[in-house]
Amino acid sequence: MTSTNARVLVVWLPDWPIIAARRRLELSAEQPLALIHKGVVFACSSDARASGVQRGLAVREAQLRCPELLVVAYDPQVDARAFEPVVASLEDLVPGVRILRPGLCAIRARGPARFYGGEERAASTIHQALARADIAARLGIADSVFGAERAALQTSGDSPIAIVAVGTTRQFLAPAPISTLDDSTLVPVLRRLGLHSLGDFAALDRVAVGARFGEAGLRAHDRASATDRLSGAEHTPEIDFGAGATFEPALDRVDQIAFGVRTASESMIDRLAKSGLVCTALRITVTSESGERRERSWSHPHHFSAADVVDRVRWQLQGSGGVTAGPTSPVERVELSPARVDTSANHESGLWGTSLDERVHHALARLHSILGHGSVSTPSLGGGRFLNERQVLVAWGDETPPAKRTLPWPGSIPPPAPATVFSEPRPADVRGPNGEPIDVDGRGTATAPPAWLALGRSPAMKVSSWAGPWPVTQRWWDADARRSAHRFQMIDSEGMAWLMILEDHEWAAEARYD
Amino acid sequence: MSSVAAFESPASVRQALQARISSMQSTRLDEDAFPLLPMLRAVLGRGLRRGTVYSISGSTSLALALVAAASQSGEWCGVLDVPDLGLEAAAGWGIDLDRLVWVADPGDRWMSTVGSMADVLGLVIVRAPARIASAEASRLLARLRQTRSTMLVLGEWPQSESQIRVVSSTWTGLGDGYGHLADRHLELEVRQGQSPGPPRRSRLRVPSEMIS
Repeated sequence: MTSTNARVLVVWLPDWPIIAARRRLELSAEQPLALIHKGVVFACSSDARASGVQRGLAVREAQLRCPELLVVAYDPQVDARAFEPVVASLEDLVPGVRILRPGLCAIRARGPARFYGGEERAASTIHQALARADIAARLGIADSVFGAERAALQTSGDSPIAIVAVGTTRQFLAPAPISTLDDSTLVPVLRRLGLHSLGDFAALDRVAVGARFGEAGLRAHDRASATDRLSGAEHTPEIDFGAGATFEPALDRVDQIAFGVRTASESMIDRLAKSGLVCTALRITVTSESGERRERSWSHPHHFSAADVVDRVRWQLQGSGGVTAGPTSPVERVELSPARVDTSANHESGLWGTSLDERVHHALARLHSILGHGSVSTPSLGGGRFLNERQVLVAWGDETPPAKRTLPWPGSIPPPAPATVFSEPRPADVRGPNGEPIDVDGRGTATAPPAWLALGRSPAMKVSSWAGPWPVTQRWWDADARRSAHRFQMIDSEGMAWLMILEDHEWAAEARYD
Repeated sequence: MSSVAAFESPASVRQALQARISSMQSTRLDEDAFPLLPMLRAVLGRGLRRGTVYSISGSTSLALALVAAASQSGEWCGVLDVPDLGLEAAAGWGIDLDRLVWVADPGDRWMSTVGSMADVLGLVIVRAPARIASAEASRLLARLRQTRSTMLVLGEWPQSESQIRVVSSTWTGLGDGYGHLADRHLELEVRQGQSPGPPRRSRLRVPSEMIS
């Protein structure tokens, strides 16, 4: 336990979420800032802290204490992404960095200590190197990860390095209050048991702690008694699979651009394949000569091949205009970046082919390029009370949305389903036996039996039989999306059956049973 | 063929040869056809011939029904320029929507679109274009024959293999203010090929649970 093998160096960047947020939003350092997560303050800048804002405070309360406070939603993704370059500059100095959380990482101290000639020297070298990169880091070295973290947290701006001597970490941690364990279920129990410092807790028998508090208790006990070790995977630098093509001079013809992108897309798919990955979603950024940037995400029902990527670039440039359409101004650069990747093992086609017919796929992709994106689609059944809402068309090559069909939809009509569903209901006129207009009263009954039916401008036909009204109401709580209508089935004198709908005192044909 | 003597009139020779060609074509029907739902065999025989055009007037359901069995057996189908087609009815007949390709608006490229769809899809349901030249129709027919796909035209088509027309349609289940649409009875008029004589009439009952 006292060997130098277990020594850990922790690098801590104080207020990292704040720094990351400031960099992202390009804010000045004077502006007090608080990051909000689930309605309470997650992190706040030092000047906000000086006015009494602290972690866990409700947003209202924080704004009351510090009126000039800028409140921003916390985004852990941004935090993690902004931390990447810091880790990269750290990895230039020492190998084997493990990220504990954004803003905090741990390294085995033994290697750097040997290389730089002592722990103190290693720590100060790292500190200076990071300071040159404009990163104010604090460092702690101790026998355990938790101990090193505590040591780093206790440093100040003037003395940014704290080293706990070999074998003394347990004594170093002993006076710290039990709340430093940061376990909201365990800490109150321990407090009630009369254990107020880490030393008290560490003095307990480890087996007894395990029997009483289980896995979580053992982990906390390890931390308190400075026996927790560095574990987890080392940070591996992320590979950027993105590719791009720059055109000099800028191009304005779609086929030229598509040809220029081919190499980039092939290299991207190749590099992904070498890492055992396939791309299932793609982001294409097109920068035109006038500085205009157009970004769009594309997803694929299976995974992108190089030709698929070129097709997507073509479709993006064409918009929905078809083969003759092109970009509005010459294109200078096209960037491709995989937005979602998956291991290729999940996408191997079976021995006899499980993927869809290649021939069909190619021909339809070509047709798509000729007619414009969105013209070729695959239909699927959706949910909804009105028939045209239940028809979902997904552009060929896009991902099918999850079906809402299995949900109960009150107000659906009994089978048979109509063979013609008007995407826009056709205006119609329905009259009673004496030519009087028909409406549905407050009790939900028709004011007269339907006797005459006229679609659009065509002459009226006699209604031979009918049924209704069947009420359809949806979203009565939403003023904008609210719809309330009554349906009728009618058969005209020629034997054609119609599904008629009366909405806002206006008649329309929703579907035809032909 | 020995009966076709040299001294008979050219018209009668042509007619005899034509008859022989069509009889030879029809012998290939069994192995060279898309399957049909059992209820439709009474109307169209044992299958839907490949590489031809069927024109259907008066019923969209009938077109869906004709495609259903082939789609169930794994054939890719297409719908061109029928934006109001009811998908629930299509699924109800048993058409596999995952293998259905939908082109709502081909714009002014109707001909090239139907051509490239017919290249890869076995069956294509299309709305009859407002005007089609006879030469274009025969070019398309030649292409269909080559790719062995079948086109079902909703409306009139100049050179169709079969014309199916709904003569009358009656419904059960709907009364005067009560009930709902249930079974449907169709009376069809079928004209096979260019053969003369009166068209064949047949009746078809479409149960409501068929299209649920």
